[in-house]
Amino acid sequence: MDMTALFLSRIQFAFTITFHIIFPSFTIGLAAWLTVLETLHLRTGRTVYQVLFEFWLKIFGVAFGLGVVSGIVMAFQFGTNWSELSKMSGPIQGPLLMYETFTAFMLEASFFGVLIFGRSRVPPWFYLFSTAMVALGTTFSAFWIMVNNSWMQVPTGYVMENGMFVPNDWSKIIFNSVVWSRFPHMLLASYLTGAFCVAATGAWYLLRKVYHAESRIMLRMGLGLAAVLMPIQLLFGHLVGGYVNTYQPSKMAAIEGRWNDEKPGSEVLFAWPDVKNRRNLFEIKLPAPFGSLIDSDSLTAGETGLNSIPPENWPPVVVPFFSFRIMVGCGLVMLGLAWLGTYLSFKHRLAYIRPMLWLTFLSFPLPFIAIITGWFTAEVGRQPWVVFGVLRTADAMTPFLTTRAATISLVIFCAVYAFIFLFGTFYIYRLIRTGPRGMLFETPHLAVPNRPMSLADDEQSQEPSYVSAGE
Amino acid sequence: MVMFWVSLLTISILLYVLLDGVDLGVGLLFGMAKGEARRGAMLSAVAPIWDGNETWLVVTAVILWGAFPVVYATLLSAFYLPLIVMLLGLILRGVAFEFRYKTQRLRWIWDLSFAGGSLIATFIQGMTVGALVEGLQFTNGEYSGGEVGWLTPFAVLCGIGLCLGYALLGACWLVRKCHAEVRDIARRQIPMLAIGVLAFLVIVFAYALVEHLPILHRWVDRPYLFVFPAIGAVAATVLALSILNHNDYWPFYMVALIFLSAFGTLALSFWPYMIPFVITVDAAAAPQSSLRFMFWGGAIVFPLMLLYTVISYSVFRGKVRTTDGYGH
Repeated sequence: MDMTALFLSRIQFAFTITFHIIFPSFTIGLAAWLTVLETLHLRTGRTVYQVLFEFWLKIFGVAFGLGVVSGIVMAFQFGTNWSELSKMSGPIQGPLLMYETFTAFMLEASFFGVLIFGRSRVPPWFYLFSTAMVALGTTFSAFWIMVNNSWMQVPTGYVMENGMFVPNDWSKIIFNSVVWSRFPHMLLASYLTGAFCVAATGAWYLLRKVYHAESRIMLRMGLGLAAVLMPIQLLFGHLVGGYVNTYQPSKMAAIEGRWNDEKPGSEVLFAWPDVKNRRNLFEIKLPAPFGSLIDSDSLTAGETGLNSIPPENWPPVVVPFFSFRIMVGCGLVMLGLAWLGTYLSFKHRLAYIRPMLWLTFLSFPLPFIAIITGWFTAEVGRQPWVVFGVLRTADAMTPFLTTRAATISLVIFCAVYAFIFLFGTFYIYRLIRTGPRGMLFETPHLAVPNRPMSLADDEQSQEPSYVSAGE
Repeated sequence: MVMFWVSLLTISILLYVLLDGVDLGVGLLFGMAKGEARRGAMLSAVAPIWDGNETWLVVTAVILWGAFPVVYATLLSAFYLPLIVMLLGLILRGVAFEFRYKTQRLRWIWDLSFAGGSLIATFIQGMTVGALVEGLQFTNGEYSGGEVGWLTPFAVLCGIGLCLGYALLGACWLVRKCHAEVRDIARRQIPMLAIGVLAFLVIVFAYALVEHLPILHRWVDRPYLFVFPAIGAVAATVLALSILNHNDYWPFYMVALIFLSAFGTLALSFWPYMIPFVITVDAAAAPQSSLRFMFWGGAIVFPLMLLYTVISYSVFRGKVRTTDGYGH
């Protein structure tokens, strides 16, 4: 076993999947937002909704395309770097990913074509239906991925035969409380990402004093949706914490920075975990029973500390400890912004309070940071296991993978991804900067579906009319 | 149940080779084409379909993982570097489709990444098949060939062969979808490419004879296999005739038939092995409980995917109009 190759493989998987998750989490939210806009357009007949729809459809297209190309890589990386895992868990993970490809890709690809090129070819109700189907496709994709990952977090419904995880109860694998708390958690996170990006865009236009009608709708709807979803998200976050506490005590102890068993437990708010000496430096904590209350919904429950878990089964404590706090911090800031903004918006004052507009505008990275750090908490916190409690990450790697091969692949991945990421985000930025310019029935000469990123094409030729304000 | 998944896997691989072969082939010819008008028309001929075509590669990968996990794990890890380079090639050609129209000054970068990405992906696909035919080195069922165990003269030859083959497929597609200059140039390229493919097949056969490749014994044991080269020969004849008659429609189908016969030849000479002479279909199959669970996806959703492909192609049937830009 080549330990450097193992480390590089983990970095490579983390890098490619972190790159990937940015785009789906954005597009799942946007697809739902597009469905809402199209419904409103059909119900009210107001063109402003259609202007917004066409505008966000272009951004959706670019982000969707980057999600697709970076997603293809994921279908192969299990086999290239983690051949032992794919051999052993193939009977369970393979069928789950097969269902993802079959159900989600099909819906997304076919109705995405209608969405982009079919406006003039299909009746309005069918156009709305297509929008909803794309949203459903992205949701299916998220669902199967969450089933897959949840099984790796809490393996269930299987027996070991000939060194393989052989499924014996698919209903346990798909319908268990872990999936059904984590899947909504991820889905809500995506909706919140969409909501905050929409609200931030509206705030940006108001700061620049352009697109008044559109930006007020974006602000109101984005922040309003976030105001409703944020508390629900916190609830599901709490439920996810419940499964971690039940099934993954090592991850929970690392997240909480808890070294000793406590009954009832206290709650560390901030600290610097000193892993070597098994203690926290600069600790600020709430006394017992707050820890038990938060982790186990109980005033008296005992909580496990890292000291009662063998160190070889510890995750790298510092990463889940801090990434969890960053995620929760982002969530709380988002909650405050959403509630305050919605309150001001009800009072019709939001558009005139520039500091609040600036805060909303600058908030758009928060949901992305929260999603990425949330996944770091889940995935790094699961270490040293790849299938929790059963298969170690070190035993899952391709046995003959060398450091040299892993280095080469990681370097070229970084180079190519950096290249396409820079161009892709630059095009999204340019689309948003240019803004909705009321291009209502824009039909390309050659109707071409399956070409997500071509939506951003025509921005080059036409000079934006009045973007310079505020820049 | 195992046979059901073998069939779906076969259909997926075949669809991938035939469909993505077209746009990878156009990508190869694109690298040699000069002038924006020609390049634009060539792109328009594959723009609506390339992304859907590439999806069949993912379909192949997940069927392989779900139904034949051992083969998925063994092949993907054995071909570690080439596979990753191939994926990055596919990414580069994919984004190039879109990005080249967003810039004038830097368009050459995307043209390069389009042609280069297609070349890399095609060559590696051919090379991996070649390495499989020749046989990878295994010890007790585990790959033991090292980082570059797949890199042999025969595999490189197969990589070049597939480049010629995909280019031929792409040229026939251009004849079918385009007008005027693009079509005429493509038609002139077909005989050269076809002769190249033929020469390649002869060399491969000679090489197999000289090197006593184990796969050759299959041909002695199973004389009915010769039906495939026969089909290929008939198709090649029709191809030659249709080129002489300036027919736009038939060349593509004849080349597709040649590919089909080559594919059938390979598949049946491998049978019942998935990785020749190391892992059989039955040994690779996932447990029954997995295959049964997957069945509904294969029986209900898979036909829907086929239906979508048919719809997509029929929406974009007929010639590409020369006035059509690429959405601008």
